[in-house]
Amino acid sequence: MTDLLAKAHTAGARTEQGRRAGPDATNKTRPDGSAPVARGTRRRLGPGRALPFGRLIGPVLLVAVWWAASASGHLDPRILSSPGTVLSTAADLLSTGRLQDNVLISLQRAGLGLFFGVTAGVVLAVAAGLSRSGEYLLDGPLQIKRAIPSLAMLPLLILWLGIGEQMKVTVIALGVAVNMYINTYASLTGIDSRYVELAEGLDLGRAQFIRKVVVPGSLPGFFVGLRLGVTSSWLGLIVVEQINATSGIGYMMFQAQQYAQSDVIIVGLVAYGIFGFASDAAVRAIERKVLSWRRTLAG
Amino acid sequence: MATHTGRLTDARPAIRTVGLVRRFGDRDVLKKLDLTVAQGEFTALLGRSGSGKSTLLRAVARLDHTVEGSGELSVPDRVSLSFQDSRLLPWLRVLDNVVLGLRGPGARERGLTALAEVGLEGRDRSWPHELSGGEQQRAALARALVRDPELLLADEPFGALDALTRLKMHGLLRELYERHRPAVLLVTHDVDEAVELADRVLVLEDGLISVDLRIDLPSPRSRREPRFQEYRDTLLAALGVAQPRLSH
Repeated sequence: MTDLLAKAHTAGARTEQGRRAGPDATNKTRPDGSAPVARGTRRRLGPGRALPFGRLIGPVLLVAVWWAASASGHLDPRILSSPGTVLSTAADLLSTGRLQDNVLISLQRAGLGLFFGVTAGVVLAVAAGLSRSGEYLLDGPLQIKRAIPSLAMLPLLILWLGIGEQMKVTVIALGVAVNMYINTYASLTGIDSRYVELAEGLDLGRAQFIRKVVVPGSLPGFFVGLRLGVTSSWLGLIVVEQINATSGIGYMMFQAQQYAQSDVIIVGLVAYGIFGFASDAAVRAIERKVLSWRRTLAG
Repeated sequence: MATHTGRLTDARPAIRTVGLVRRFGDRDVLKKLDLTVAQGEFTALLGRSGSGKSTLLRAVARLDHTVEGSGELSVPDRVSLSFQDSRLLPWLRVLDNVVLGLRGPGARERGLTALAEVGLEGRDRSWPHELSGGEQQRAALARALVRDPELLLADEPFGALDALTRLKMHGLLRELYERHRPAVLLVTHDVDEAVELADRVLVLEDGLISVDLRIDLPSPRSRREPRFQEYRDTLLAALGVAQPRLSH
């Protein structure tokens, strides 16, 4: 595996060198012997033009190396099953319905946790951001909570709520709520005071001030919080599904570990990966649409 | 002129302050200041930095919630403000910025009319960052005018613009003023701007009005006119800037 990677590296470097040497060489040998004149554009220091779907090269290469190592027998299937085995296992799990059932349960947990977490985080941020009493009462405890990882609360939450769904959703929601609160609150209190003065000068009412100034002004922080919250909801899910669960992707993987089925574990990991990636992409797409007024480097 | 004589004969002035005091810590920035600005009067307020210009403007705009002070102040119901920065909300399109907080039916139509008046016809769907600095300031002017103000308060509205854009904006402001006739209080540090635009120039010094000068020049005004230079010299002297005498 490392051999292959190293070869790919040197090959890439060689072609890169060859390309760079080209124009230099032609520049130095001028047939008429005149002084060299600057031609074309200057040396580019930025990364250059992008290839379409260029980002896929890395993952595809990784799978190719994995496949090659399995096929050539360098990779023990007890350590890591081959991509083919993983695919057929996924097909088996799908045809028996085991994968769908577990995925649905997991999605439900993550979704509920995300929903309650986002709602609580935003309500707390607005309450703390718009009134002094809210700030004095809420901000301190929430900043302290921020220092305690939600997963560290697990023993206490199991003691209070048992090991059922309630505990699982609460753990996920706690992590999400803190992320939402911290970022939405920071963005909300960071709204330019000149805009507040403008709103006062235009005699805006409280409701209109919130709708036209506070909400749009704190949306950038809201989306940062939402992206972190989505990530943290998957993280929480993985942990709670390995504690006394009887269903879910995590449970499926935990069981597979006991029977040394690395193919099932890989299917679970891929499922987590797909959901994590897809949910982040979805949030980013919504963010781009909602924050279209922003002019950023990302365009 | 005939159109606004009715408003001028109205006894109630646009701004009236009696014994206005504003205090920061133990320093009185406004010291029992008395000021009356008639309806439809274009007044410019000059003063060195720290003289209390902005404090006075913010007091008249009733934006100084946290400032200690006393005295009487009366202003009309419809007061519009414009600032040195255009202060358009970046997340609202230009028209939504102009009609922000406007109540009643036909608000959008009035907004479109105001945009056309400042020369921004067809830009109503643009985002503020898509406008140039001068255009942003025009949009801010439209936002001030669409409220049909009886009093327009402007805090160095052209201070951040380049010289060419500033000249164009002077023409536009004077034109809009002639058409709508609000009372105007323009805070500026530019003596030429004050003499060119205003009918009355005040100099604020150490919390009190030290000079109250009527500008009696025909419109449109030329900076090359000798009387323009006289007004200018008087005001510069009042501001403590020594003028080298080149001729006479």
